[in-house]
Amino acid sequence: MIEVHNVQKSFEGNPVLKGITCTFETGKCNLLLGGSGTGKSVLLQCIVGLMKPDLGSITFDGTVFTNNKVDIRQEIRKKIGMLFQGSALFDSMTVYQNVEFPLKMLTPDMSREERRDRVEFCLKRVGLENAGTKMPSEISGGMKKRVGIARAIAPNCTYLFCDEPNSGLDPLTSIKIDELIHEITHEYGITTVVVTHDMNSVVEIGDHIIFLYKGLKLWDGNKDEILNAQVPELKEFIFSSSLVRAAKKVDDETEGGLAAATTDEAINI
Amino acid sequence: MVKSFGEFLLFIQSMLTRKERVAVLWQRTIDECVIIGINSIFIVAIVSAFIGAVTCVQIAYNLTNPLIPKSTIGYMVREMTILELAPTITSIVLAGKVGSSIAGGLGTMRITEQVSALEVMGINSASYLVLPRILASMFMFPLLVILAMALSIIGGYLAGSLTGALSAQEYIEGIRTDFIPYNIVFALIKSVVFAFLVSAISSFKGFYTQGGALEVGAASTTAVNNSIIAILVADFALAALLL
Repeated sequence: MIEVHNVQKSFEGNPVLKGITCTFETGKCNLLLGGSGTGKSVLLQCIVGLMKPDLGSITFDGTVFTNNKVDIRQEIRKKIGMLFQGSALFDSMTVYQNVEFPLKMLTPDMSREERRDRVEFCLKRVGLENAGTKMPSEISGGMKKRVGIARAIAPNCTYLFCDEPNSGLDPLTSIKIDELIHEITHEYGITTVVVTHDMNSVVEIGDHIIFLYKGLKLWDGNKDEILNAQVPELKEFIFSSSLVRAAKKVDDETEGGLAAATTDEAINI
Repeated sequence: MVKSFGEFLLFIQSMLTRKERVAVLWQRTIDECVIIGINSIFIVAIVSAFIGAVTCVQIAYNLTNPLIPKSTIGYMVREMTILELAPTITSIVLAGKVGSSIAGGLGTMRITEQVSALEVMGINSASYLVLPRILASMFMFPLLVILAMALSIIGGYLAGSLTGALSAQEYIEGIRTDFIPYNIVFALIKSVVFAFLVSAISSFKGFYTQGGALEVGAASTTAVNNSIIAILVADFALAALLL
């Protein structure tokens, strides 16, 4: 479980995070939802330690991360896997080497054979068992995201962070990536935090959703509750998507939750 | 200016604290030696051979006094090459080639979040990415300078012989006159200092690039400019201190 308490961050006097307090639950896909410029990515960067919050604390399973000793922070960081918006694959390495890299760096005691088995397992898990010899420049955007996920889970991460995993992908590939993240989260019981503004992701994988607006947490709940949330800013955000409006229509007609109104049904409308 | 220098010192400090394992650093340094050193041999060879040749021809053109022996041309080529042209010009050429490559490479890694990916994994990105580049430069620059010295002298020999400015015998006699071994040591000390300046300044500029492709290009340009200025200032300082 990751606990964020009163995290504040400002840039040149301009507050971006205005005291965020929230919890990311273990074994669930926790979504940080919000429009552009609401502070989602800044909060994510504060949590993973790429940015230092001005105020507040972040705790990983009871161990304080912010302002703690370097050794303790390093130990926590070794349990973190992250999928970046642009995948951030090392472009001088092959797909195989990218996945192997954290194992080589973080687990020096692992033998070459053990590393090979783990890399092959991770690549197979994301459906890329035949792409190991390719360079990142030779694979598609969706495949890069898969490699990013394989690299993140290779060292048996406890916490998985995904920064807009669907950006730049077509809807079908986006759903596949969402499903993969969801499956991995439940399969390994890890704490996953996904930054997104994509309502499809909310419908697909939103076990726990936190809605940010202008640096504040306005709402949190799950995908079944989000359509009935009585927060005007959240409603405006959700129903700006015609797909969700269509899904809501199905929802009203079928008396089910939003999850019952699948994307397929919405598309049929 | 002062702020930038302070940031540069902090950057160097961050690179030296929490270093990566020796085996990792060794492998990375060897990889960088190939990129920085082996891949620069061709350009260094061409530049140094022609500098030696041009130096020889121009000295011969200016040395018209019949009382001065022609072997002086060989002597002057050797002194100029060893003391100044080989270490300084080679380092300036490498500032253009290696410096821009380091700044561009690190800048691209920064804007494509590859540096952030290292940081998230708990790897000291400065130590992993920058320290091997600096070590490789400090190892390879002197070797390239030795190569440049030899090729400059050979270039001068060929130019002198082919143009008839002086005979091969006179040239060889000139380059063997009053040889001071310390000059070689001085040139190698200069090359190590220049290597540190070029690689550290270029890494600093590339590592902290922010923005997009345009900023990466700007960082490379700034890295080369600042490296060349640093080389010239250090050249004067070392000459004043060590000669």
